[in-house]
Amino acid sequence: MSTLLPGKSASYLLASAAILAAAMSFFLGPTHIAPKELLDGLFGGHGIAAIVAREIRLPRAGLALFVGAALGASGAALQGLFRNPLASPDVTGVTSCAGLGAVVALYFGFAALSPALLPAFAILGALASASILFVLARKGAGVMALVLAGVAISSLAVALTALALTFAANPYAMAEMVLWMMGSLKDRTLTDLAFAAPLIVIGIALLLSAARGLDALTLGEEAARSLGIDVTSVRMRVVLGVALATGAATAAAGAVSFVGLVVPHLLRPLFGYRPAQLILPSAFGGALLVAASDVLVRSIDPSEQLRLGVVTAMLGAPFFFTLILKLRREA
Amino acid sequence: MIVFDRVGAGYAGRAALREVSARLVPGKVTGIVGPNGAGKTSLLRAALGLLPHTGKVTVQDRAVEEWSREALARTIAYLPQGGDAHWPVPARDLVTLGRLPHRDRDARAVADALARADAGAFAERRIDELSAGERARVLLARALATQAPVLLADEPAAFLDPAHQLRLMDLLRGEAARGTTVAVTLHDLALASRHCDEVLVLHEGRLAATDLSDETLARVFGIAVLRADGALVPWRLV
Repeated sequence: MSTLLPGKSASYLLASAAILAAAMSFFLGPTHIAPKELLDGLFGGHGIAAIVAREIRLPRAGLALFVGAALGASGAALQGLFRNPLASPDVTGVTSCAGLGAVVALYFGFAALSPALLPAFAILGALASASILFVLARKGAGVMALVLAGVAISSLAVALTALALTFAANPYAMAEMVLWMMGSLKDRTLTDLAFAAPLIVIGIALLLSAARGLDALTLGEEAARSLGIDVTSVRMRVVLGVALATGAATAAAGAVSFVGLVVPHLLRPLFGYRPAQLILPSAFGGALLVAASDVLVRSIDPSEQLRLGVVTAMLGAPFFFTLILKLRREA
Repeated sequence: MIVFDRVGAGYAGRAALREVSARLVPGKVTGIVGPNGAGKTSLLRAALGLLPHTGKVTVQDRAVEEWSREALARTIAYLPQGGDAHWPVPARDLVTLGRLPHRDRDARAVADALARADAGAFAERRIDELSAGERARVLLARALATQAPVLLADEPAAFLDPAHQLRLMDLLRGEAARGTTVAVTLHDLALASRHCDEVLVLHEGRLAATDLSDETLARVFGIAVLRADGALVPWRLV
């Protein structure tokens, strides 16, 4: 194995770093409160510190971890399924479609009927785009065709999101467009966290259940089948798992881009190329990247006009170009 | 043992196999030959339950449909044509995938398979750093690692240099000598004539012959051959 650290210790390290970043995020904010007060507030007590700790900081830090984990794991699983390092929830348009679903639920009153409808619509949006790609891949579409299809799906979803916000009855809708297109963890509530976390956990569990099959797909579909793998079931689990995880993450934080693309790549030198070995570490790595980016966003601009997705995109886009160049050289 | 009883199959309305009755016997290397599109790969896929078919395919005395996916995968190791790895994993990791049907990562079985396929020397190297011939041997080792009583290989000789083609056939003969049912599709009639105990000649989906006589070769392949030392060399069109 050409890995620098044994997989397990590297995983623990990543998970610890993610929790550390989330802790930094928890202790950081425009209201200056001593860490001890915040901790006391978190586990009981009343007053400003308790409200800030439980209602503002905890949802934010918690969502950073869960959203990052969802995107990282989804990216690793999608790359395994398509056997293509360019696949990820955002490049394939899954994130934008989840955003569209969330916007429709929010601004056309569905989310007011039941808070569960917000993630439900986002998941449906994610499922729709994942299914389209899945059908294209089944029909033998190559790497570039899939990436281009993702670009088309993504552009359409962004356009429809803008259209939906234009016609929304809510006068603030247009102003909030930025949130859905760039992603943000600002002003999230415990309810957001409570809805997103279980769905993301179920989604990642589904992805992990497909891990053996994704490893077998390294040899191609025919060989995977001959190894006793139910390839159809593997595909269904990945599509459903990605839709659940990415849908729930996007419903809570908007379209945070490039995490699913970048994280599995950064981790391959550590964990190797086997898709099964990458899913869980990518979840930890994604959690670390999003939590750290959120800390960075707030350190650069405490007034928080800067969006989380701007930072992840600025980190991710150059990376994407490098990757395409590298793949072209290898081809 | 695999028995095909009047097996028919097709893709999108085009018949790939018609009424094929044949058997693959333990302890023997069966060569499956025929022109392009004759149904060689389809015959192997029918044995694996990967191709819906009419007639009956029996694997170790049980109809192929009655096998569970994993039990069948432990019984038949399959090396698809032109197989490749989609991620640049180390060769040993790739070979370990052959243990998936057993749900273990038996290091001894993997090392043994690598050694038998003459791939042990580059076990730790990444698959994308290997030559086509070395990759072919790693993929063969992957099939051997399953330690199945049946080994089906689709064109395993395609990317090998002459020495490794001969080594491959020796290896397959060795597997057969251990009691394994070995079937291999080949385009190289010289290899088939020299190294296979049985031959199935397919032509337009039918079993056209079970020999490589001059008459068969003229009728099926449209060629005449030179014969020497028990082997044959394709010589000219007829």
